[in-house]
Amino acid sequence: MSAPPLLVTASPHVGAGDSTPKIMWNVVASLVPVVLAATWFFGPSVPLVVGAALVGAVGAERAFGRRGTLADGSAVITGLLLGLTLPAGLPLWMAFVGGAFSIAIGKLIFGGLGQNVFNPALLGRAFLQASFPVALTTWPLPGTAETWWALRGDNFALPFASARVADTLTGATPLGRMKFEHQPTALWDLVLGTTTGSLGETSALLILLCGGYLALRNYLNWRIPASLFAAVAGLETLLHALAPARFPDALFMLFSGGLMLGAMYMATDLVTSPVTNLGCWIFGAGIGVLVLVIRLWGGLAEGVMYAILIMNALVPFLNRWTQPRLFGTTRIAPGR
Amino acid sequence: MLGRLRFRHGVHPPELKELTARVPIRRLPFPAELVLPLRQHGGKPARAVVRVGDRVERGDTLGEADGFVSTPLHASAAGTVSDLGLWPHPDGSYAPAIRLAVDPASPQALRPRLVPEWTALEPAGLVEAIRQAGVVGLGGAAFPTHVKLSPPKDVKIDTILINGCECEPYLTTDHRTMVEYPERVHLGLRIMMRCLGVGRAMIGIERNKPDALEAIRATLPKDLDVTVHALEVKYPQGAEKMLIESLLDREVPSGKLPMHVGVVVQNVASAATIAEVFETGLPLIERIVTVTGRGVRRPGNFIVPVGTKIRDLVQAAGGLTEDAREIVFGGPMMGAAQASLDIPVLKGTTGVVVLTAADTKPTVSYPCIRCGHCLDACPVFLNPQLLGQLALKERWDEMATNHLADCMLCGCCGYTCPSNIPLPQLFQLAKAALRKRPAA
Repeated sequence: MSAPPLLVTASPHVGAGDSTPKIMWNVVASLVPVVLAATWFFGPSVPLVVGAALVGAVGAERAFGRRGTLADGSAVITGLLLGLTLPAGLPLWMAFVGGAFSIAIGKLIFGGLGQNVFNPALLGRAFLQASFPVALTTWPLPGTAETWWALRGDNFALPFASARVADTLTGATPLGRMKFEHQPTALWDLVLGTTTGSLGETSALLILLCGGYLALRNYLNWRIPASLFAAVAGLETLLHALAPARFPDALFMLFSGGLMLGAMYMATDLVTSPVTNLGCWIFGAGIGVLVLVIRLWGGLAEGVMYAILIMNALVPFLNRWTQPRLFGTTRIAPGR
Repeated sequence: MLGRLRFRHGVHPPELKELTARVPIRRLPFPAELVLPLRQHGGKPARAVVRVGDRVERGDTLGEADGFVSTPLHASAAGTVSDLGLWPHPDGSYAPAIRLAVDPASPQALRPRLVPEWTALEPAGLVEAIRQAGVVGLGGAAFPTHVKLSPPKDVKIDTILINGCECEPYLTTDHRTMVEYPERVHLGLRIMMRCLGVGRAMIGIERNKPDALEAIRATLPKDLDVTVHALEVKYPQGAEKMLIESLLDREVPSGKLPMHVGVVVQNVASAATIAEVFETGLPLIERIVTVTGRGVRRPGNFIVPVGTKIRDLVQAAGGLTEDAREIVFGGPMMGAAQASLDIPVLKGTTGVVVLTAADTKPTVSYPCIRCGHCLDACPVFLNPQLLGQLALKERWDEMATNHLADCMLCGCCGYTCPSNIPLPQLFQLAKAALRKRPAA
């Protein structure tokens, strides 16, 4: 018997079958229905805006990232997620710049995949919000059957040229209406997504389903959305009971704004959430509390983005404080 | 108090035992040459007492124990010592070994009794006979058995646990031993209970071996306090600490041994071997090995002399398939890949798993994405994520503060890592680096 060329690798010689690219592309696949639903509500502007953010993110990864890192799919997720946080009428060049910023400054500058502290998509969105506050808060209304084909704003505005006033109907988001006009929105509109808002803010139900798929496959830690929802629901129920006139009910808070997208897709970003399960419970609850504080007492109508970014910054501490108890000890393992 | 028959964390690798679970143990003809490395077990290697050209009979001493944590090495066949030198060792190094040209004319008959009758011996004499017979743990770690049977005076042992979990995928040696030689397991246990003066024993078997559970239960001695328990099928159920938690609900304190919670754990194959050693009067010179995997044509369970080379084992299993790619000693979770077909089976080699190209893991790694799956898998609740990141930066001392010493290299973290980071390998490297420097 002649000796075959033998492979010598370290144990374990079997694996669970998951791989980082597989996880990432699964997340991408689970976002496709969300993008399609947004297109259903807001028309052809949606693929344009999401596409521009995607091209910005992927282009930055290709230009500044290490060779071959595009294949891991993480830049695609960032591009899609950023696109979903934007209003449909946004000029495309802004979405593109946001996508490039997300990857270049939000991720690559930290050292690439796995190294970034903040959710890259949200960092890109925060950058856009700071740079173009008006464009980022102009919310077109969902279309009707006749107007579906129309663009929802001046998508093709040239960079730094003032956008033409689009003949599109715009309106405040449900959260904005609640906060500044004390106008409630029907819960069913929020659940299905037939309201104003950013692309991915709208269909809470669909986002819940798509994120649920990821949770079932253990591609996101379910403890984060669970504790986030529990914190928002619990606190808001209490406040609503104390002062129904001032505070909307918990369901409104859960299903409005970017909370669903934030809870299922942004907060659960594997890289920027804690590695310990206890840390994830605290992380999710912390985001929930911050969201309510910003929404109810802050100057902004929506607080999911900043809530997640603030908790992102605390992740290293959460990891350190929630080290698992070593087998055969009663003490907490000292962190670094 | 009985435990919950399971432990926390761990992983569920595919079992893949169906290849050999029903294949009866078969004795192989003696190969032309055997190679017996002097390092067969944990502790110090044996010291050779033969010279090139010496004629030895089956069971003769080839090497003497060198210190307390060491055991003698015996000739596993009659023949001539053809060489004393370095030979590829299963651990990847070249190590001193005795090459034995097997005498094709010898009947390899059982010799007059070399190991005394057990019934006539006191506990101390039994332990000494076990030591003389070169018995080590046959579950894979190969720790000298007499050391476990000689606890310090101030340690009180109340329970012996017999480990029939065989939680590694593919392997079926313990399984077949329990099915085919249940009385030997019980006799070996009886002898060990006498060694330790312990009145109680428990046998833990994973639920995926109903025939083994039945055979062991059917032959249970009536005069001993021995109970049999079906355990959750999960890796690493057969790790000592996990087995103790499952059966007794006791956590072995960090840095301590099972004896510190009053327990001695022995593998079923070790128990059966102790019985066999006293029955036949021959020392430990052969063992049961599962030769399996999709890379061999006829997987099976074989009794082979210690020192049999991979080449002969693979031949007995019908030869390698076209796509055979990697040969692993032991199970795929903790086993070591072998670089040559000339590497011999040791006393502690439980199996030879031949993986096809399709079975092997990809060799490409991705950056850690901090998914935390390794923390959910680690059965001793370490933070493999943190340890892995520290290891990549060679920050060994910080790894020590983060309890690297508690890592038993079970491989759960590496199994579950989606980025395919070779965590157990990094931890092994760190342990070696820390061993080399004086303790702080």
